[in-house]
Amino acid sequence: MENNNIKEPLIRIKKNDDVTPVQKAIVIALAIIASLIVSALFIYFVTKLDPISVYISMFKGAFGTARRTWITIRDSALLLLISVSLAPAFRMRFWNCGAEGQILIGGLSTAAIMIYFGDKVPTFLLIAIMFVVSAICGALWSFLPAVFKAKYNTNETLFTLMMNYVAIQIVEFFVDFWDKKQSHSVGIINMNTEGGWFPKIFNQQYTLNVLIVLAITVFVYIYMRYTKHGYEAAVVGESVATAKYAGINVPRVIRNNVLISGAIAGIAGFVEVSGISHTISKVTAGGRGFTGIIVCWLAKFNPIAMVFISSFIVFLSKGASQIASDFGLNEYASNIITGIILFFILSSEFFNNYSISFRKKNKGGNR
Amino acid sequence: MKKLIALLLALLMVFTLVGCSSNSGNDKPAETGTDTEGNTMPKIGIILVGDENEGYTYAHMLGIRDAAAKLNIPDENIIWKYNVPEDQTCYDMAVDLVENGATLVISNSYGHQSFMQKAASEYPDVTFVSDTGDTAAVSGLPNLKNAFTQVYESRFVSGIVAGMKLKELDESGALVPANYAEDGTVKIGYVGAFPYAEVVSGYTAFFLGIKSVYENISMQVEYTNSWFDLTAEATVADDLMSRGCVIIGQHADSTGAPSQVEKNDAENKYGFNAYSVGYNVSMLDVAPNAALTSSSNIWERFYEYAFTCLLNGEDLKTDWTGGYNDGAVEITELGKACAPGTQEAVDNAIAAIKAGTLHVFDASTFTIEGQAPTSMLGDVDADFTPETECLIDGYFHESEFRSAPYFASRIDGITELN
Repeated sequence: MENNNIKEPLIRIKKNDDVTPVQKAIVIALAIIASLIVSALFIYFVTKLDPISVYISMFKGAFGTARRTWITIRDSALLLLISVSLAPAFRMRFWNCGAEGQILIGGLSTAAIMIYFGDKVPTFLLIAIMFVVSAICGALWSFLPAVFKAKYNTNETLFTLMMNYVAIQIVEFFVDFWDKKQSHSVGIINMNTEGGWFPKIFNQQYTLNVLIVLAITVFVYIYMRYTKHGYEAAVVGESVATAKYAGINVPRVIRNNVLISGAIAGIAGFVEVSGISHTISKVTAGGRGFTGIIVCWLAKFNPIAMVFISSFIVFLSKGASQIASDFGLNEYASNIITGIILFFILSSEFFNNYSISFRKKNKGGNR
Repeated sequence: MKKLIALLLALLMVFTLVGCSSNSGNDKPAETGTDTEGNTMPKIGIILVGDENEGYTYAHMLGIRDAAAKLNIPDENIIWKYNVPEDQTCYDMAVDLVENGATLVISNSYGHQSFMQKAASEYPDVTFVSDTGDTAAVSGLPNLKNAFTQVYESRFVSGIVAGMKLKELDESGALVPANYAEDGTVKIGYVGAFPYAEVVSGYTAFFLGIKSVYENISMQVEYTNSWFDLTAEATVADDLMSRGCVIIGQHADSTGAPSQVEKNDAENKYGFNAYSVGYNVSMLDVAPNAALTSSSNIWERFYEYAFTCLLNGEDLKTDWTGGYNDGAVEITELGKACAPGTQEAVDNAIAAIKAGTLHVFDASTFTIEGQAPTSMLGDVDADFTPETECLIDGYFHESEFRSAPYFASRIDGITELN
C-alpha cells in the first residue's frame, strides 16, 4: 500500500513566465483592495475608528490643501531622485547602500557654498555651482567603494554602509564648526537674505525641485535604456563572465556607473539643502537613502515606474502623519496601516511571478 | 512590459485616489477646519518633537490637555502634530496649522525654533511660541515668543533629596573606597544631553542642591549628544557608576539611566548601590529601589497662561518663565530609598525659594577657577558673546532677562568628561 503512495506536496509553486499585463494589473488591484480591507479591520477593531474617515484623512494629509499637495510633490520628487540615483548601480548588481552618505556629502557641500558665498554670488550662478559641486562631492563619496569593488571585488554593501557613518561624522563636525551658539544646529542658512535658496518659479517655491528631478529621471531612463554604457551596465549585472567575454571593461563600467549613482545622490543632497530645508544636519538625508532602495527594487530599476512608487510611498507617509494628527492615533498605529498596504503590494509580486497549484484529490483509495 | 506595469500602477493609483476624493465629497467628518455652530474659539496648533511615548513630550501633552480642559477649549480646536523632526518638516507643519485656522502655534523643542521663526516672519497675524527657545527677543518679530520654566529650581531641590541620601550613606558607612575621588570628595555622576547652557544651568543647580546638604562632593558630567536615547543614557549611567559615582542625575529625556542604575544595583555590579535622580517623570516605575525623585516641569502653567491670553485677545509675553512661585516646577514623589527627613528638607527649601530667601545660584556657594565670582556675564541675546551682568545682589539671576537658561559658567567641582 505504502509503495503506491507517491508523495505529492499539498502546494506546488511554479514559476510563471507568461503573465499578461492585464493579469498583473488585476493582481495588484486585488492586493490594494485586500490591503484596504485588512487595514479597515485593524482600524475598526484595534483603534475603534471609522475606516472610511481614516482613509479620507490619509488622502487629505497628502492632498488636502494646495500647499500639502506641493509638499507631497516636493517630497516625492526628492525620493524619486534618490531612487533614480541608485538605478545605475543596482542595474549592475552593485548594491549601493551609501546613498544616505552621498546625499549628506552633497548637502554638506551645498551648505558650505551657501554659508560662504550665499550673499556674494548671483542666485542662478550660485545654484549652478552648487549643482556641479554637490554632484562631484557625491561622486567622490562613491568613488572609494567603486574602485575597491572594481579592483579587489570587496563587498560594496558593507563598504557603502560604512561610508554613511563617516559622512554622518563629517556633517556633525561641520555643524559644530559653523554653529556659533553651541546649540548643535546651524539653523536656517541665510534666513534673511535667502542667499543660495531655490528661487520661486511661476510663483511656486518648488518648481525648480521638480524640474531638476524630472530632467535627471529622464536622463537616467535614456541612459539605461538607449545608450551603450547603460547596456553594458545591464550585461555586467546579468553576468560578469558574459560581459568579459563580450569584451566589456568590467572595472571601468562599475566605476563609471557608481560614480553616476553617487553624483545623482549628491545632487539629491543639493536639492534637499538648497531647495527644501536650507539647513544641514545629520538627519538631512533622513533615511531616504534606504527608502530609495525599496523604491528602486519595487520599480525593478525602471525610473519611470519609480515616479509612481515614490509618490505612493510619500502619499502613505503623509497620510500616516495626518491620521495621527486627526485622530490622536499614535504614529505607530498609522505606520501599521501603511505597513499593511505595502506588505500586500509586495506580496502581490509573488503572485505575479509564480502560480500556485494545490494537490489534486487522490484517485486511488489509499486509505 | 515594464512600461505597461508602470502605466497600470499609475492608473490604479489614479483610481484609488479618485475613489478617496469622491468619498471625501460626500461626507466630511474629519474636517478639522470647519467651525461647528457657536464655536468661535480660536484654534491652537501644537507641534511636538515626539509623542506620548517620550517623557518630555508627554509632559507637554498632559499640560496642554489640562489647560484646555480648564479653559473649556474643545478638543477640535487643538490640532496636534506629532513626531515632528527639527527640520523643514517643522516649518511645513507650522504653515499647515496656520492654513487650518490656528492663530497660536506652539512647538516644544529647541531645534524647532529657526523654522518657527521663518514661519513667524511670513505670518505676522499668528502667534508662534518656541518652547525652550532663546531668540524671540532678538529676532525682532513681535509674534515670535519663547517659554521656559525655571526648572533649575526643582533641580536644586532634587539635589537636596540626593544630598540627604548621600549624608545617610556616609553616616551609615555604606560608601566604599571607589566612591571617593583622589581629593577625598564623594563622586556624583550626571547624564547630560548636550553641552548647552540649559544643561549646564541644570547640572550646576543640581550640584549646588546636593552641596547645600552635603558639602564634600565632586561631579562628573557625561554627554549623550541626544535629548532622548535610551541606550546611550543607559551606557553613560553605567560608565559613571563604573567610575564610582553613587548618585546619578540626568538631563536627558528617557528612562535609560535609572533603569541601568536599578539593574546594576540588583546585580551588585560595582560593589555598591547607586541612586538615580530623574527628569520629567517619576522614575519609580522603572527603578523602584534606585530612584529618589525627579525634577519636572508643570507645563500646564504656561499653556494655561498662553491659552488665556489667546482667549482674551491679549498678546503673550515675549519670554514666559515660571518657577516654584508660579507652580510651574516640582519634584516628583519621593522614592522609598530616600533618607528620613528628606520631605522636611525639601519643604523648607521650597518655602525659602518661594520667599526669595534662598537663591539657587548664590555666589557665596561656589567658586570659579578657585575664585569667588564677582562678575558673571550671561549671553542673553544668544549671539554667543556674554554681555549682560547677571551677578546682582550676590546671586546669578537665571531666567530673568530671558526665559531660556543662560547660566553657562563651569564652576569648580564639576568635570565634563566629554
